[in-house]
Amino acid sequence: MTELTHQATQEEIIDIRPTSGWSALKLGDLWRYRELMFFLTWRDIKVRYKQTLLGAAWAVIRPLVTMVVFTLIFGRVAKLDSEGVPYQLFSFTALLPWQLFSKALGDTSKSMVSNRNMITKIYFPRLVIPFSSVISGLVDFGIAFVILLGMMVYYGVKPTSAIWTLPLFLMLALLTALGVGLWFSALNVQFRDVGYIIPFLTQVWLYATPVAYSSQIVSPQWQIIYALNPMAGVVQGFRWALLGTELGADASTTLSVSILISIVILVSGLFYFRRMERTFADVV
Amino acid sequence: MSDVVVRVENMSKKYRIGVAPEKYATLRDAIVETLSSPLRRIQKSLPAGKEADSVDTIWALKDISFEVERGQVLGVIGRNGAGKSTLLKVLSRITEPTEGHVRIHGRVGSLLEVGTGFHPELTGRENIYLNGAILGMKRALIERKFDEIVDFSGVEKFIDTPVKRYSSGMYLRLAFSVAAHLEPEILVVDEVLAVGDAEFQRKCLGKMSDVAQEGRTVLFVSHDMSAISRLTEETIVLEKGKLAYRAPTQEAVDYYLSSGFKTGERVWTAEEIPTQAAPFRPLALRVKNHQGDVVDLVRSTQPFSIEIEYRLVEPIQALRVGLYLRNMRGAYVFTAFDTDNPEQYKAMATRPPDHYVSRCVVPADILNEGRYALGINASAYRVKRYFQDLRALVFNVDGTDAPGKQWAERRRGVTRPRLDWEINQIR
Repeated sequence: MTELTHQATQEEIIDIRPTSGWSALKLGDLWRYRELMFFLTWRDIKVRYKQTLLGAAWAVIRPLVTMVVFTLIFGRVAKLDSEGVPYQLFSFTALLPWQLFSKALGDTSKSMVSNRNMITKIYFPRLVIPFSSVISGLVDFGIAFVILLGMMVYYGVKPTSAIWTLPLFLMLALLTALGVGLWFSALNVQFRDVGYIIPFLTQVWLYATPVAYSSQIVSPQWQIIYALNPMAGVVQGFRWALLGTELGADASTTLSVSILISIVILVSGLFYFRRMERTFADVV
Repeated sequence: MSDVVVRVENMSKKYRIGVAPEKYATLRDAIVETLSSPLRRIQKSLPAGKEADSVDTIWALKDISFEVERGQVLGVIGRNGAGKSTLLKVLSRITEPTEGHVRIHGRVGSLLEVGTGFHPELTGRENIYLNGAILGMKRALIERKFDEIVDFSGVEKFIDTPVKRYSSGMYLRLAFSVAAHLEPEILVVDEVLAVGDAEFQRKCLGKMSDVAQEGRTVLFVSHDMSAISRLTEETIVLEKGKLAYRAPTQEAVDYYLSSGFKTGERVWTAEEIPTQAAPFRPLALRVKNHQGDVVDLVRSTQPFSIEIEYRLVEPIQALRVGLYLRNMRGAYVFTAFDTDNPEQYKAMATRPPDHYVSRCVVPADILNEGRYALGINASAYRVKRYFQDLRALVFNVDGTDAPGKQWAERRRGVTRPRLDWEINQIR
């Protein structure tokens, strides 16, 4: 929509003309507006547990309660295999990246609509909003991660030497959430149906991801199809790096597929977002 | 390099009407429409679809071209829906133009609203940082200006209180203070001064004129003609999305206040006149400004005239034709008849049949700003009331430059006389 050029005088020249079709991503703009991104993230974090009784404890309660439920139903009643790890630890390790992902996805999808007063009154690269929504989820993750470390000590499970790969799996979860979130946030501007799709989608996606169960129960010939869900790779990776469970036979192939899918969703989401961006202020 | 910092060329902006229902368009609608009427969709995308195009779209701005020079403070005025806000939105890059081109040299700071992005749960301090960042201020700049901002807002005591506990006045003051310390090369300001109490409004106006004097380029939109007159030297007038006029502010304001209105007139058709009015036949009632144009908006600082045009089919004795002027609450401002002067009354003891106009001039500095209703009455005292219409015409009075306009407050009272005050010191 606009072009910025710098003259020798360092004076910005802004060209505003109608655009159509696909436009460049202009990720550089994001960097120029990094302070805004920082402040929006900071606002989201700051405000999240305001006027709640338990405050940041919620960041721990949510995964813990889910873990208890999973342990009772899938661990005790259904007696699902947890690859030799205590089921509590087995599910909690998976719940952390999963809840980070589902929260980031939900927040990002809503982000454009919930920030509509800013969008209609001020110019800034709109991408700042979904990006900051994704990042702000990391705080909850960090808090819950401390609990996870405590549990590992309690159960006497030592992290494997592959723990250094954890940030990479974390990144994969965030990028997937961002990619899907970009699509939905742009769609949400026009179609409020997104608000109804997201909880449903997250629910289905949870069962398609080996959070409550072990990915070993998926037969080998389906593993590639299974890898189309990048979150499956993330969850397996987390367990592998922390608990030392099996990564699977064709780990490198399935992981590559997961990463590829994630990148495709992200890049297409970015382009779609940029394309829809120009009408956001008029439609939202 | 020329000194033109904003150049707008043939810029147009089209909106689809029915944006409101479309806003909440659902996927289902889109899918149903796509499936059920592929033909219609194809038609729409063909050039022949242009007709349909003109029906459900509206040009909020059409072919706007103008330039703003460095350091100029340009006013933008126009009626509601004239496209002022759309123009500002395009200039501040919130929305794209449909056609045309805008070139801006320098950073644009836009103030279409104060307090954008304020979060009620955050404290005043936190909101200053957040809002500053949203407005495009660098963190270092906010830090440097922080004390000044707090000082200007006058809410020091509550700076660490969540803004949801603020009174609305405090909230606005803090919000404006952040905005006022923005330092862009080009500032685009919408009606933000229409908020807060009178005292704070004055402070804001003062700050705005400081900005103007610092040589910053400013585009200032307002409905407040006094503010426009005070802050700007040149003004453009938008009418229905088109640039109608550009001139030195005083001229542009005059043009705006008197243009486009042919409604300062009430015409009676034969069917509207009750039979008992005969032989009096009202024809028209008009409000005219001092230049003689029929207007529905007059300036309180200028005299204006009211005329009643009528016909007498037969002679009437002791006729008086007159006016009631009331404000919108129904309070009478005055009642006056064309034969109030005894000599004129005697001279007109019998009015022969003819076509008449009774005209009076309402002197300057009588009416307060606001809306007024004019009624007419034609009667012979204690004999017969021929015709009466208590609400024949409504017109507006604009208070630009009226006494006391240096304060943005709304003055009480239906009149706003220019009184001769003396201030003596008594020792």
